[in-house]
Amino acid sequence: MRMGGIRVPHRKNTAQCQSVRLGVPAAVTIPMSMHIGKYARVTVSKGDTVKVGQLIGEADGFVSSNIHSSVSGTVRKIDEIMTSSGVRVPCVIIDSDGKQEKYEKLSVPEVKDFDSFVKAVKESGVVGLGGAGFPSFVKLNVHDLERVEAVIINAAECEPYITSDTRTMVEKGSYVFKGIELLKKYMGIRRFIIGIESNKTEAVRIMQSLADETEGVEIHVLPSVYPQGGEKVLIYNTVHRLIPRGGLPLDAGVIVVNVTTLAFIAEYMETGMPLVEKCITVDGSAVKEPKNVIAPIGMSIIDVAKAAGGLKCEPAKVLYGGPMMGITVPSMDEPILKNTNAVIFMDKKEAAPPKITACISCGACAAHCPFRLDPRSIARAYKLEDGAALERLGVDLCMECGCCSYVCPAHRPLVQTNKLGKQMLRRYLSAEQAKRENALKERAEKERQEKEAEK
Amino acid sequence: MSNLISSVSPHFFTKRNTRMIMLDVIIALLPAAVASVIVFGPRSLLVTGACTASCIIFEFGFEKLCRRENTIGDLSAVVTGILLAFNLTVSIPIWQAVFGSLVAIVVVKQLFGGIGQNFANPAITARIVMMVAFSGSMTNWVYPGTEKMPDAVSSATPLTAAAKGSLSMMPSYMDLFLGRHAGCIGETCALALLVGGIYLIIRRVISWHTPLVFIATVALMSFFCGKDPLYQVLSGGLMLGAIFMATDYSTTPHTRWGKVIFGVGCGLITVLIRFWGNLPEGVSFSILIMNIFTPYIDKLTRVRPLAGGAEK
Repeated sequence: MRMGGIRVPHRKNTAQCQSVRLGVPAAVTIPMSMHIGKYARVTVSKGDTVKVGQLIGEADGFVSSNIHSSVSGTVRKIDEIMTSSGVRVPCVIIDSDGKQEKYEKLSVPEVKDFDSFVKAVKESGVVGLGGAGFPSFVKLNVHDLERVEAVIINAAECEPYITSDTRTMVEKGSYVFKGIELLKKYMGIRRFIIGIESNKTEAVRIMQSLADETEGVEIHVLPSVYPQGGEKVLIYNTVHRLIPRGGLPLDAGVIVVNVTTLAFIAEYMETGMPLVEKCITVDGSAVKEPKNVIAPIGMSIIDVAKAAGGLKCEPAKVLYGGPMMGITVPSMDEPILKNTNAVIFMDKKEAAPPKITACISCGACAAHCPFRLDPRSIARAYKLEDGAALERLGVDLCMECGCCSYVCPAHRPLVQTNKLGKQMLRRYLSAEQAKRENALKERAEKERQEKEAEK
Repeated sequence: MSNLISSVSPHFFTKRNTRMIMLDVIIALLPAAVASVIVFGPRSLLVTGACTASCIIFEFGFEKLCRRENTIGDLSAVVTGILLAFNLTVSIPIWQAVFGSLVAIVVVKQLFGGIGQNFANPAITARIVMMVAFSGSMTNWVYPGTEKMPDAVSSATPLTAAAKGSLSMMPSYMDLFLGRHAGCIGETCALALLVGGIYLIIRRVISWHTPLVFIATVALMSFFCGKDPLYQVLSGGLMLGAIFMATDYSTTPHTRWGKVIFGVGCGLITVLIRFWGNLPEGVSFSILIMNIFTPYIDKLTRVRPLAGGAEK
């Protein structure tokens, strides 16, 4: 038994496209938040000269990440930008001098044991490059290493259009396995599973031939069914384990690492160059020439579009990431982030929203949910503001993969109602908690009074 | 400010919509429609046309009246119209057929909120209302014209014949399979209905669970009650009901086990009415009764979300 999903058009037009490094843009805008967690603290000021790889933002707090300059040049100003989620975030704008000089103080990290390994990963500034943006050092900093029975390397890349992970495996396959050796050496992990969708034949072949020479690496070729690369889906479909409600992969004895993240960690240990550029897929109906490009972090989307061969027409919608879970960007001035793996430009026709009609109760949403949730009932419970029903229906399990919205013949906004349902459930649960606490307090108070009365 | 669209993911959608699903159902009903013309002559087309047209007009009119969004484009009214006609006799007066459409669309479907909201199958409920209101014309079974008897004559349906035990009036298996016997317009040709059913299953419009379990239950129970299973399966409205009415989205369960329970329930009630009831046929009643149980069956067979650990 496997977790289900949907068959979406793959549109992997760029699978064969060797990634090309773009020219240096005139300026880059580097936000201090390209990760989940607290913003990094800016460590440079206006007028400072910076070089490639130089620290410009320092991880602040437990879950945060270092940020480095992707160009050499001068800091124009420290500003704020509005991100795609509508939040204002501090950013560093750097005018490039075009020389791309490497920061002279960079050196290959000295790694001797687990602690120095985690420290090096932290200093590289790497975050989950599959799109999540969770700081990798936090994920790898497992206190109880014995709990980790296997590391699952996520190379499914199930989103339509995106091929940047495919290119990592094809172009940097050896780094993936160097990464595996690092985890073996410093974390003592013995079992590795690489999960790849069957449509990446070249990547599968390369990974398989490398795995044949390495001990403890299994290649799982999985059906090309979206959302095969969803963390919980991948865990279930490879080691057949379920994560408890509200739990982490570690609760199922595994860690999931994106393939590009792992390859980057290995590369960093050799070069000492932190995460300053990203391989991204540029595709979509408004793009003249779909391709994979290596762009410096902070390069604006409009600059990337121009450098990658231009657009056919004015795009109607632009996405960070793929069309199933990608985030719409508010403007083309938005920068490339650490966790950007694709920029999709959609023309008017592709971006046209489908007409929403009445639910015909066909049950397709429930039939295609990987977690067997029932979005139709969730939508109803949300409408009725029934928190108890939302809890029973398990809305908190929803990973917003979008299968339900995709298959709905009435094109109901099911992911949206799931998202809203999650928020409503959180409010409901905290209200319930408060109620329980109040009841306890009242009872304690009553008992106290009774005791006093007895006296 | 840019003119880029901001929206929540996903940004890809299936091209399949309600209209395409309904179109698939209509396509699946076509073989039976063709068979009805061959068996009962061109008047069957007239009845089907009248029901379909009146269903569309009632839906359009009612939505206009209530200032609701016009939904005739989703073709669901067309499906209801054809299904209602398939449940009528070929000799039905047109005004009665139109009345049936009124019950189906306005009373059963629109008054409960329109598509997806009704708890009972519109065509089936309308048929039952008509059986009470116009019991004469609703049971004026006409035997299909043959070369020997070019004029159609009133006759008994295979189930009436079987109930009365009149062997001479009981058609052969082949006649039953091909539809050469008295009955409602669209129910007689098992072959055409099966072809339609297989099409719907291949197109994933319906799942096989309900029809198969429904028909199998009738066959098994007939066997245990000492009746001829094949004869029972091929007679009456079983095929039409099991394939096209017991698989209606809004009035039948959604879970796999729910569909199985629904099928078993329908089969049992059908057999109960056929063998021990006053009426020769019980498919419509069985589906209507099970429609009422649907929310409870769905509740009973609710699928647990796929998550590890104990329930909170």
